[in-house]
Amino acid sequence: MTATATIEAVWRIEQPKLTARLARYLRDIGLAEEIAGDAFLLALERWPRDGIPRNPAAWLTEVARNRALDRLRRTTMIDGKHRELAIDLAELEREMPDIEAALDEDIDDDLLRLIFTACHPVLPAEQRAALALRLLGGLSTLEIARAFLVPEATAAQRIVRAKRALRDAAIPFETPRGQERRERLAAVLEVVYLIFNGGYVATAGPDWLRADLCGEALRLGRSLAALMPDEPEVQGLVSLMELNASRFPARTGKAGEPILLLDQDRTRWNWSLIRRGLDGLNRAMTLTSTPGPYLLQAMIAACHARAMTSADTDWIAISAYYQALALAAPSPIVEINRAVAVGMAFGPAQGLAIVEALKDEPRLKDSHLLPTVRGDLLEKLGHQTEARAAFRQAAELTGNDRERALLLARAGD
Amino acid sequence: MRFMMLMIPGGYAEAAPDVRPDAKGVEAMMKYNEELKKAGVLLALDGLHPPSSGARVSFKGGKPVVTDGPFAEVKEVLGGYWVIDVRSREEAIEWARRCPAGENDLIEVRRVFEMSDFPEDVQKVAEGFGELKS
Repeated sequence: MTATATIEAVWRIEQPKLTARLARYLRDIGLAEEIAGDAFLLALERWPRDGIPRNPAAWLTEVARNRALDRLRRTTMIDGKHRELAIDLAELEREMPDIEAALDEDIDDDLLRLIFTACHPVLPAEQRAALALRLLGGLSTLEIARAFLVPEATAAQRIVRAKRALRDAAIPFETPRGQERRERLAAVLEVVYLIFNGGYVATAGPDWLRADLCGEALRLGRSLAALMPDEPEVQGLVSLMELNASRFPARTGKAGEPILLLDQDRTRWNWSLIRRGLDGLNRAMTLTSTPGPYLLQAMIAACHARAMTSADTDWIAISAYYQALALAAPSPIVEINRAVAVGMAFGPAQGLAIVEALKDEPRLKDSHLLPTVRGDLLEKLGHQTEARAAFRQAAELTGNDRERALLLARAGD
Repeated sequence: MRFMMLMIPGGYAEAAPDVRPDAKGVEAMMKYNEELKKAGVLLALDGLHPPSSGARVSFKGGKPVVTDGPFAEVKEVLGGYWVIDVRSREEAIEWARRCPAGENDLIEVRRVFEMSDFPEDVQKVAEGFGELKS
């Protein structure tokens, strides 16, 4: 194992903690990340020559602390008006004198602050995702660019802009409390799920990192769940991701074609992940009597996971959870899914009633989803002519060639 | 990718059946376990009773023969394991390096097979393997 490979491994493990601790003192995430990065650059220079230190975390903290102190001294000398920074300097010198003690101190709060700040709703979701992967996953700009299929310059720009926006808006480096915490937590969870779906939705593409994005999101989610063990929605999201990820091996056929949930070979599902997902869900259910959107989605995913064959699916329970989800987090997509579930549970006519109520929904105007589901329900009701028209309409709207072929076949064209 | 960290404690092969870790040792280990959990990498962990209360079943000549522990000729035995989910072999090794282990202890780091590691014909035969684990 080369020293460089070891340093990269240490970076992935230590960078979030180091950045979080520095950010608390410097109150500037960008500066904190820069100084943490400097410490790692020095490690890259020294460790291959001198050997890996016995306690790499202590070594890095010491280097970063000295750099931070230098930086603050210089800034206070250049601009005497920076009284606040001078206070920080004194605080830093007082509170970080003993590296071993600093390492022993509870860093949970710092990490949570880092997560909440990096995922602040003042930033657009894509910037939050890039920054979270950078600061909490320790991913390089190139890796983030590959993950989101954007040029490296774009990824770099997102990160730079995010850090600047946080500084300019003077976002306090803190973990919010009470109602604000719930609102901000929703933004944090949204980013984690966005990262997961970045890897999950794209089934095609040979890029290993894109599939690995699910792993990043799972680690972020599990980490968040360990830091906030009493938040049912955090556990709900982790369970949802685990249950969704369990279907990965069954979601595509030999030629890479997508296989729908009900047609999947369930023996190919990852049952270790299913067990983890179901266990987590059970724990989350003991934390609340009013499940939020992620917990409800996890409960729906669990219904599928528990069914040994698709015919065993408990559609009545799924309909009930979609009903609750429609109240907790209403959206036209949730309504379409509810229509499918109700159609399966109580017959196609009931499902169709929900679909027809959506026909003027502007957000579904360009989506093939509504006519696809409508066509399916009409077909089941024996209204073949109307069903064909719906499938034809859906075929026109879809952007996916394979799906279009399938829809046109169902339309009888 | 998943790795198993196998803990091979020094002297465990000869440990008495009733030997138990002391509170001090467990305290340090719990701190380490917490760290794994907070990093979001811990999937599973367990400790094993000493081999003196276990048994070995060998198959020399195609016939199963049961031997009760302790096993005189065996030097290294498992004391427990962790399953972790990390990005690289190096990261798994870095986590192993951080374990508060004794100077005679040994940790073996091994990658866990994923179904996709197998050739297609093996995958076919192994279909349903996952279900066994639920």
